[in-house]
Amino acid sequence: MSEVAEKTKAPSEPLFSKKNKKLVTDPLTDNNPITIQVLGICSALAITVQVEQAVVMSASVLFVLLFGNITISLLRNLIPSRIRIIVQLVVVASLVIIVNELLAAFLPDVSEKLSVFVGLIITNCIIMGRFEAFAMGNKVWPSAMDALGNSFGYAWILIVVAFFRELLGSGTIWGVQIFGSALPGEEWGLYTMGYVNNNMMILPPMALIIVGVIIWIQRSRNKALIEEH
Amino acid sequence: MKFLENIVHKMEPKFSKGGKLEKWNPVFESFATLAFTPSIVTKKGSHIRDGVDLKRTMITVIIALLPCLLFGIYNTGHWEMVAAAGDRSLPFWADQWDKIVAGLWVVLPMIVVSYGVGLTIEFIFGIMKGHALHEGFLVSGMLIPLIMPADVPLWMVGVSTAFAVIIGKEIFGGTGMNILNVALTARAFLFFAYPTSMSGDTVWMSGKEASVDGFTGSTALGDLASFMSDKPVFENIDVYTNNYSLMDSFLGFIPGSIGETSVFAVLIGAAILIWTGVGSFRIISSFFLGGYFMGLLLNGIGGNEYLELPAYFHLVIGGFAFGAVFMATDPVTAAQTATGKWIYGFLGGLIAILIRVLNPAYPEGVFLAILFMNVMAPIIDHYVVQSNIKRRLKRLKTA
Repeated sequence: MSEVAEKTKAPSEPLFSKKNKKLVTDPLTDNNPITIQVLGICSALAITVQVEQAVVMSASVLFVLLFGNITISLLRNLIPSRIRIIVQLVVVASLVIIVNELLAAFLPDVSEKLSVFVGLIITNCIIMGRFEAFAMGNKVWPSAMDALGNSFGYAWILIVVAFFRELLGSGTIWGVQIFGSALPGEEWGLYTMGYVNNNMMILPPMALIIVGVIIWIQRSRNKALIEEH
Repeated sequence: MKFLENIVHKMEPKFSKGGKLEKWNPVFESFATLAFTPSIVTKKGSHIRDGVDLKRTMITVIIALLPCLLFGIYNTGHWEMVAAAGDRSLPFWADQWDKIVAGLWVVLPMIVVSYGVGLTIEFIFGIMKGHALHEGFLVSGMLIPLIMPADVPLWMVGVSTAFAVIIGKEIFGGTGMNILNVALTARAFLFFAYPTSMSGDTVWMSGKEASVDGFTGSTALGDLASFMSDKPVFENIDVYTNNYSLMDSFLGFIPGSIGETSVFAVLIGAAILIWTGVGSFRIISSFFLGGYFMGLLLNGIGGNEYLELPAYFHLVIGGFAFGAVFMATDPVTAAQTATGKWIYGFLGGLIAILIRVLNPAYPEGVFLAILFMNVMAPIIDHYVVQSNIKRRLKRLKTA
């Protein structure tokens, strides 16, 4: 929540002005919510064992953040600043309940695997952070752009981490066997040559290490991101 | 020698600044200085206490490791024969040549893989960052095979070495910047990534496939840990000591990771390290003290055969001695202050035995204990320095 709320002033600004585009592209790289702001780390560790979970989680966060940002932006002039956190919580909680019910109804398997982590979107710092830092001080359209940018920034990190964890930890992508099968009796592919799945990839610390490697690559490409001490 | 020197001199301009192969200078320099003293001299005033540089320090450690390595090769060969025959009573000093050859077949490829993978990564990073090659990996590359089970697949050695060098060291800035001991990082990675190849009864002797039915390749630690469960391997501790006597455990005639079994060989290494001043005697002795103290404490609690195992026994089985002498003393990751070294070593030994005895999932706790103390070392140093400052301030005020 380090950003100061920016005020948009010109009413005749085009929908896809440079500034609005920047709202979407910035969180993808140089202001990524996970790798730069280091928010939402808990869910990045918890639900990245499989790509499917990561995608569903990203979609849920996209839904909550998009509609949350729009709602808060619409209400921003009506919310008394002393109780704004409570109002924000009510908005995010109702949206999360909708997502949770939708998942339970249409994707029961994934919903079961994600378990409490859908509910924990409420406490995801990215969402409250965007409400507080952006939607409270900006119009609806830029707020929606900001929500899109941040949830895509969140999503690609999650999916990249989940890709490596599922591929190396279980030998599959989206449940499809890539390296073959390790089932005793019907082994095929790499497993017949002595390949073994990397159990550490399944453990949460490995997610942290992969996020760390992404941060490493990002900062060695863009030296401006390195903090001075 | 003159012939070699001429070649090096002829090649030098190509690699120096402005030359055609300037980018490869780190590679050239590291090979050239391996054979010859560089002609570069210090131009400004220098403060020399001793001519020891990183290369000489590392070579000293390698020399100290040789007894462990040689004994490890023989011991690996011995247990491979035991596993093939399915008979643990095979005499230790027989068929020496066969055992050495069998051991070499297991250990040499591991050393080649470990050095090959590790040095390749070091070269790549050296070229990328444009700095001279660091010698830090010389020791890590030797330590890694010595703390592996004999039956571990070579590709796993390669993967864990790559992980340890990149994530354990290069990511922090290379040699001297790492938080965790590189060799132990490799072992910890293997332990958590491929548990079936790193623990249990089948991995400690190579060539188990050919062995006799009903023969278990368990180690002293594995058998001891079973005392903590309902179904111990041995009825009581006397039967255990019949299988693994104190003398056998001390000399290393027991199965285990390649280089760790012989406390005698480790102590020769310790003598070399302490005599040359490369290894800290504070850490080594306090590590043993900590382990012994924890052993006594567990004796005091009592309750089953493992808890009542004489405390000195803990010091000679498993990788305890090896860890104390070669791992805990790593100058980069250990505590730096004199008092800090005592605390660091003592707690390391204490935690090692604690994990080993009380956590049945980890029959060997030494590597976890040392990694844990690596993380704690800066905090220990911080408080040692702070208390020193406080003490002196007090003296200043009263004066």
